[in-house]
Amino acid sequence: MTLAQEPQALNFECETGNYHTFCPISCVAWLYQKIEDSFFLVIGTKTCGYFLQNAMGVMIFAEPRYAMAELEEGDISAQLNDYEELKRLCLQIKRDRNPSVIVWIGTCTTEIIKMDLEGLAPKLEAELSIPIVVARANGLDYAFTQGEDTVLAAMAMRCPSQSPMVDAEKKERNPIGALLNFGRKKEDVAADEADYVKHPPLVLFGSLPDPVVTQLTLELKKQGIKVSGWLPAKRFTELPVVEEGYYVAGVNPFLSRTAAALMRRRKCKLIGAPFPIGPDGTRAWVEKICSVMGVTPKGLDEREAQIWQSMEDYLKLIRGKSVFFMGDNLLEVSLARFLVRCGMRVHEIGIPYMDKRYQAAELALLEKTCQEMGVPLPTIVEKPDNYNQIQRINNLKPDLVITGMAHANPLEARGINTKWSVEFTFAQIHGFTNARDILELVTRPLRRNNSLKDLGWDKLVREEAAKV
Amino acid sequence: MKLAYWMYAGPAHIGTLRVASSFKNVHGIMHAPLGDDYFNVMRSMLERERNFTPVTTSVVDRNVLARGSQEKVVDNITRKDTEEHPDLIVLTPTCTSSILQEDLENFVERASLDTKSDVLLADVNHYRVNELQAADRTLEQIVQFYIDKARRKGDLPEGKTEKPSVNIFGISTLGFHNHHDCTELKRLMADLGIEVNEIIPEGASVHNLKNLPRAWFNLVPYRELGLMAARYLEKEFGTPCVDITPMGVVDTARCIRKIQQVLNEQGAEVNYEDYINEQTLHVSQAAWFSRSIDCQNLTGKKAVVFGDNTHAAAMTKILAREMGIHVVWAGTYCKYDADWFRAEVSEYCDEVLITDDHGEIGDAIARVEPSAIFGTQMERHVGKRLDIPCGVIAAPVHIQNFPIGYKPFLGYEGTNQICDLAYNSFTLGMEDHLLEIFGGHDTKEVITKGISAGSDLGWNKEATAELNKIPGFVRGKVKRNTEKFARDRGLNEITVEVMYAAKESVGA
Repeated sequence: MTLAQEPQALNFECETGNYHTFCPISCVAWLYQKIEDSFFLVIGTKTCGYFLQNAMGVMIFAEPRYAMAELEEGDISAQLNDYEELKRLCLQIKRDRNPSVIVWIGTCTTEIIKMDLEGLAPKLEAELSIPIVVARANGLDYAFTQGEDTVLAAMAMRCPSQSPMVDAEKKERNPIGALLNFGRKKEDVAADEADYVKHPPLVLFGSLPDPVVTQLTLELKKQGIKVSGWLPAKRFTELPVVEEGYYVAGVNPFLSRTAAALMRRRKCKLIGAPFPIGPDGTRAWVEKICSVMGVTPKGLDEREAQIWQSMEDYLKLIRGKSVFFMGDNLLEVSLARFLVRCGMRVHEIGIPYMDKRYQAAELALLEKTCQEMGVPLPTIVEKPDNYNQIQRINNLKPDLVITGMAHANPLEARGINTKWSVEFTFAQIHGFTNARDILELVTRPLRRNNSLKDLGWDKLVREEAAKV
Repeated sequence: MKLAYWMYAGPAHIGTLRVASSFKNVHGIMHAPLGDDYFNVMRSMLERERNFTPVTTSVVDRNVLARGSQEKVVDNITRKDTEEHPDLIVLTPTCTSSILQEDLENFVERASLDTKSDVLLADVNHYRVNELQAADRTLEQIVQFYIDKARRKGDLPEGKTEKPSVNIFGISTLGFHNHHDCTELKRLMADLGIEVNEIIPEGASVHNLKNLPRAWFNLVPYRELGLMAARYLEKEFGTPCVDITPMGVVDTARCIRKIQQVLNEQGAEVNYEDYINEQTLHVSQAAWFSRSIDCQNLTGKKAVVFGDNTHAAAMTKILAREMGIHVVWAGTYCKYDADWFRAEVSEYCDEVLITDDHGEIGDAIARVEPSAIFGTQMERHVGKRLDIPCGVIAAPVHIQNFPIGYKPFLGYEGTNQICDLAYNSFTLGMEDHLLEIFGGHDTKEVITKGISAGSDLGWNKEATAELNKIPGFVRGKVKRNTEKFARDRGLNEITVEVMYAAKESVGA
């Protein structure tokens, strides 16, 4: 790899789109937990319900604040009145749970029968006096995490526009402010607005677990940058103020519609940065925000070096190993970029959908990382074809395949290490603090298989079946 | 529209796919949007399947909405044909394709002109049938298709096998303990000197379906899957069908006697009475368990049963008839087949509950406060919440219900397994007794606080102390009963006296 490589560009391909992923309605599972006063109503069929109930496992038993509005034959053939039916169910929800917002999740079925959810919602909202947000998170248009994108794009329209009155009140109620004070040392609490550089307001978007919100907010605070709000907040009633000219930055690679809504409809300025996944990504993310805000970042070198240092035991395991992303959650480019920096080789980055504009900075960082690490630039396969991918995996014999559960066990039985991709969606992977958690996931199959390697149990299917 | 949090039986296409992917070398193609292939995840996870699940999706996306599937479905069928060379491809409609109303039948006809494999369109309507009905129908459809095909080609084998033989119907992937049951049934047939002709759909090849008529009879162990196919063969070839589930000692004997009768009618001259006797009294432990002191302690204990028709009915009969347990209510979520269930269990329980609303089930459990629940994973969670033990006897299930060890529910080994399950679900008799005498070993303060915190009635100090002496697993019940008693009489404070008055009045 010492040869000077011709600077090459990333190679983009597009296959048949015949791949396994979760239905985007799965976003209700983490969003209802994030937005504590919400209720998610998925308007769909038994198929949707069956998916949610099985995919979300034990969570379903914890009296979730989500439910199916299960369409029956009478709804499909319009013998029943959509408006009346939805009114009946929403009244019931209001009575039993009294949420601050009901989010309607449109599904494939509501698309096909052209149920006008966006039209019905304002009428019902007025009648029931409870906000109704409509997100069309269906399998016809979107994959898995893009569900969150459709919900947040709809929520972006509900963020209050600033008014002087709200401003004063907002300062006190601001949940981010409270979070900032939480867990800080006494001397930090004493410091106040003086800690921050004067800069235009910044709102971050993307749903993250609260500890990660705190971590990233504090990370920016170290640079003197104040996070004015976060979409989504812990409660619907605490959605951040968004005014024309505000700066916004995404924390996840699948939020392109939300970014578009904030830019076009709310007239915000988007900071296009790599995503804060891995210490390299987090650093680039902070640096980019700093540069836009006119702040010279400080201490990032040491911070990043220290994180890499602390991960050395894991890095040893994966250096020089190869990885293949089958693609199902849109985190793939960021994770691949991080793993290349860790010393891995990436064969292929499968991804459901590639927004080259929203992910531009991330793609540039991937390209740069590959060049710096002296590894070939991977092919990015949009809308992959799982069958073809498995043929490629058979030929390439990667050291690790990051894939959905449908393929994980069959691949393991054929002696190929796999990591279930969905875990990356639910684990805490953002910021400096959580970089180790990503490697904990990535190295788990390698560590497990290290302890089994002398047993000779690699191939556990018969010859004839192994061909497939 | 219906507000729903949870469902017992899945959508129709799951049933079709369960049958299709149980066969060897049969490929399912779903006409569905992205993400509907969750079946593959379930099969791969729950069954820990080593092979790729032979199900792919012909993806319905925006373009399909605008212009129809056009060549897409046909292309996907022919592509799978060349890639995997299946014997049969089953095109599976979903809720989405049901409303698109594309002419899938036409796609199937066109595709089958170019494929080496046979192609079938599963004849199921998403909005009319559930998983179980769809599975039953798909199995019948595939059987019928290959019988017809053999008949047309003139290679339908003539006559019956030389020795008595059986087809076992309804063993399928993702079925509750199906693989273990299958092994046990094969063992039982071997004991009875009956050859197993074919087992469908699990592991069967469609090429062998033409041999089905050679069996002397068909055994359909599960009420939900296989009956339609068996009735079809009965109509076409006069093959008798034995549909008594051999679950529990009494019903296993009934099933064997029915087999005996069916075989003797065809001139076999078999007598299984000695076998039944030997198994019942000396081999299976279940009959002996019923007489043992352990089981005596269970006498009259209250239980509730809920599940699919097969398992809930069999379990109700086992608990009531073989163990002397008081089944307060028994229920099924197979609403479409409710009459059968009612007829099976009415004499063995106080009340029959037919519903697929888990909320209603949860309330019914809370109302009865049984000592044990036998139900699905949902009832297990209700039990957890109410602090009542639960034995899982039916789907829907999760990965724990796909044990690696040998755990049949059917046949004589099944009776042993059920004894263990029932016995372990009730608090062990002797332990129960000792706890009552010594005031329990559960003195966790936290729990006690939690219980009294949620109450609007005041418990005085003595009464609280008294309540704490009651063993943990019945404390909640005593507390609720006492409070109900106090509320009914307008008492504001609960004293030890009130507690005992309540106990005497309601038997808390």
